[in-house]
Amino acid sequence: MATLNINGETVEVEVDGSTPLLWVLREQLGLTGTKYACGIGLCGSCTVHVDGEAVRSCTVPVSSMDADKKIVTIEGLSADNSHPLQQAWKELDVPQCGYCQPGMIMAAAALLNKNPEPDDEAINQQITNICRCGTFNRVRRGIHLAVDINKRGRS
Amino acid sequence: MKNDTLNVSRREFLITSTRAAGLGVGFSLGLYLPMSTTAVAGEWDELPSEGLPEIGAWVVIQPDDTVIIRIARSEMGQGTLTGLAQLVAEELECDWDKIITEYPTPGENRARDRIWGSFSTGGSRGIRDSHRYVRKGGAVAREMLLQAAADRWDVPKGECRAANSVITHQPSGRTVTYGQVAEAASELIPPQHVELKDPDEWQIIGKPIPRLDTDDKLNGKQIFGTDLQLPGMLNAAIKACPTFGGRLKSFDEKKVTGMPGVRKVVRVGEDAVAVVADTWWQANQALDALPITWDHGPNAKLDSAAIDQMLEEGLSSDKEVFVGNKAGDVNRALKGAAKTVEATYRYPYQNHATMEPMNATALWSKDKCEVWCPTQNGEAALKAAVDASGLPVDKCEVYKIHLGGGFGRRGAFHDFVTQAVNIAKQLPGSPVKLLWSREEDMAHGHYHPITHCKLVGGLDEAGNLTGLNVRISGQSILATVMPDGLQDGMDPVTFQGFHAEGDHAISYTVPNLLVEHAMRNPPVPPGFWRGVNINQNAIYMECFLDELAHAAGKDPLEFRRSLMADQPKSRAVLDVVAEKVGWGKPAGDGVHRGLAVVKTFGSYVAACAEVSVDDKGKLKIHRIVAATDPGHAVNPQQIEAQVEGSFVYGLSALLYGECTIKDGGVEQTNFHDFPSLLMDEMPEVETIVMPSGGFWGGIGEPTIAVAAPAVLNAIFAATGKRIRRVPITQQLAAS
Repeated sequence: MATLNINGETVEVEVDGSTPLLWVLREQLGLTGTKYACGIGLCGSCTVHVDGEAVRSCTVPVSSMDADKKIVTIEGLSADNSHPLQQAWKELDVPQCGYCQPGMIMAAAALLNKNPEPDDEAINQQITNICRCGTFNRVRRGIHLAVDINKRGRS
Repeated sequence: MKNDTLNVSRREFLITSTRAAGLGVGFSLGLYLPMSTTAVAGEWDELPSEGLPEIGAWVVIQPDDTVIIRIARSEMGQGTLTGLAQLVAEELECDWDKIITEYPTPGENRARDRIWGSFSTGGSRGIRDSHRYVRKGGAVAREMLLQAAADRWDVPKGECRAANSVITHQPSGRTVTYGQVAEAASELIPPQHVELKDPDEWQIIGKPIPRLDTDDKLNGKQIFGTDLQLPGMLNAAIKACPTFGGRLKSFDEKKVTGMPGVRKVVRVGEDAVAVVADTWWQANQALDALPITWDHGPNAKLDSAAIDQMLEEGLSSDKEVFVGNKAGDVNRALKGAAKTVEATYRYPYQNHATMEPMNATALWSKDKCEVWCPTQNGEAALKAAVDASGLPVDKCEVYKIHLGGGFGRRGAFHDFVTQAVNIAKQLPGSPVKLLWSREEDMAHGHYHPITHCKLVGGLDEAGNLTGLNVRISGQSILATVMPDGLQDGMDPVTFQGFHAEGDHAISYTVPNLLVEHAMRNPPVPPGFWRGVNINQNAIYMECFLDELAHAAGKDPLEFRRSLMADQPKSRAVLDVVAEKVGWGKPAGDGVHRGLAVVKTFGSYVAACAEVSVDDKGKLKIHRIVAATDPGHAVNPQQIEAQVEGSFVYGLSALLYGECTIKDGGVEQTNFHDFPSLLMDEMPEVETIVMPSGGFWGGIGEPTIAVAAPAVLNAIFAATGKRIRRVPITQQLAAS
């Protein structure tokens, strides 16, 4: 049994503690926006936030989580695509197949949490997700646009 | 240009006037599978068009004016869904903001005598093969809607005009919306003839319209095959013999039957075993713990060195050699040359490595078999389901789901469907989702074929190319995958980019030319991999031309141009790239340039790469300028996305992509030893879309072919060294 705080709700899950968080999200909770692609923490498709930090959920056993750790998945970022990154992604038509994009967006959101105005170099260093369709240049532009949208929202 | 006048066949009329009553019965799954974020199972919807008036085969209109456009080809990121909808909408004169799309099912296509044509989505054919009949589909529906409005008002149809989903009776100014006449239109006889617009009348085709499928990809709602959940669904993890041609001997299921969630351990065909459990994680854990004995078969000792040896022999052999293009007398020309240049290039096996691993969900009972899967060819998926199910075709159905990448892996091969049905057959009545691990995906690809290529070129005293002999040695895809496509034993696809004419014609006129293929087929399964054989053939041709230009003491651009008098469209894209990049002017400190140009998949493309290489051999690709002439450009902003994306795929292959063989299987297991280009390596890309009109070329694949040779030629310009074996990263560091 694990008690988790996911997207602001506390949930209890009957599951073996060694199960990676990714599979608990996908198979116990039906949060299938978080994707499986490599299973070894390399590609970033399974990226979620734990207390605001980007975490590759395929390598995190659910036993290392507890009710105090705030987990946010792509479904919790905003369901209505109102987050600045989602708005920017929409405006620039960033996704191609889209499979890696939830992880890509969550990695970008964690970057913006720490660094509200990242330059290209910061983006290059922090966004290490794999995208086989090759959306990188639009991802980079999308992050910059999200910064602008954020600023407009505040002004 | 004259308007196209098309005949609507009698047979099509008979079919279209029959309503699509059967569409989407049972476990229907359209593009819009509403799954709430916390639902675990049991929520799916019927196709959006269910029970609504169909107006011709391609269009269904709801009373609220929502237009449903049928899309036969598969969306896997390349944007074809939006492009095809643009083609229909252009003729339909509908409100673009009220469009949704759906996939008709392969079974329905079969039952209606393939009214939606081919479902095959590969070879950059989605739009270029179907543009005429999908535009016709839009035009037929428009005419039926106009007729219904004219009938309603009892006026001649010629007095009515359609725009933006509204029909206006021009003399009186009366209007009616598509939704209001859709039901009546659906009862009408489709017109015998429709006229298609001239390209200069297009208002939707050619516009950089945003994609129709973005919203759900931003919040986790988009359902991929891996995400499908059905009531009572079980999950399967699978392992096939890691040796090509090997078999499953035995497994000790008692060791895992007590593990959490495990329901059943099953043999799958001759070569695989699967564990079925409540969750995939449980299934995969048990599979890892399952003792399995393999019969490694005849290839147990096969390795890359043996394959290399086999291909090297073919470079000078006269056995199993086919001629793909021939002009003049190459031997005489080379003998008489003032200078000859020789080089051998080598291209490895590579995996597709789609982000979404192979998967399919199957539900089998003795009188029905249904499959849900991401596929580039729903009809081929249906055939695989039929063959594996033991049921007649009218008892089988396939529901297509968006793909988490295709790149050719999910088109000609439906091994994952065969396996899923095989497993489901052993659990009648329970839906089973089969998902491959990444490791299984790496071990059981259908790999980019391996070839080597020796080129010999002859130059005269003035440095003109007088003769060129290209000898490819290596694997044929068709020989293994589609032997019916061989021509007297020759695989024409091997010569992509070297053909005398056609969609993949050589870009140069060489007076004495001989292009040959020594077919050597190692027992590693080959497949169509985005770009297919143009990937290596463009490296062979474009890098060797650079070598020849260097040997002739000529500028690589001018050397190419001198051979392109008969290829004005190829020369045009090359010239535009050279001008845009500033060829001939300094590129900046330590930055060097390389060019490449090809015609492939019916499009003309060229690129110039700007790179620098530091003293440790670290490569930086600063910028690539690329031009594409696809004839007609349906959605320029999506073309830009495809060009940029193709460079990531092509450069990943150039820098890192290699599957080596040891003990009869692939050595690489995941992205740590089969890396992909990352953000920090991504160059700036400037895309020039320059449609010259009059033809329809492909988009998804052509530009992939120019990235690698342009970068390789730039590396030579930077370092003075030729790297002739892919992948290059380790060689760069060692040089």
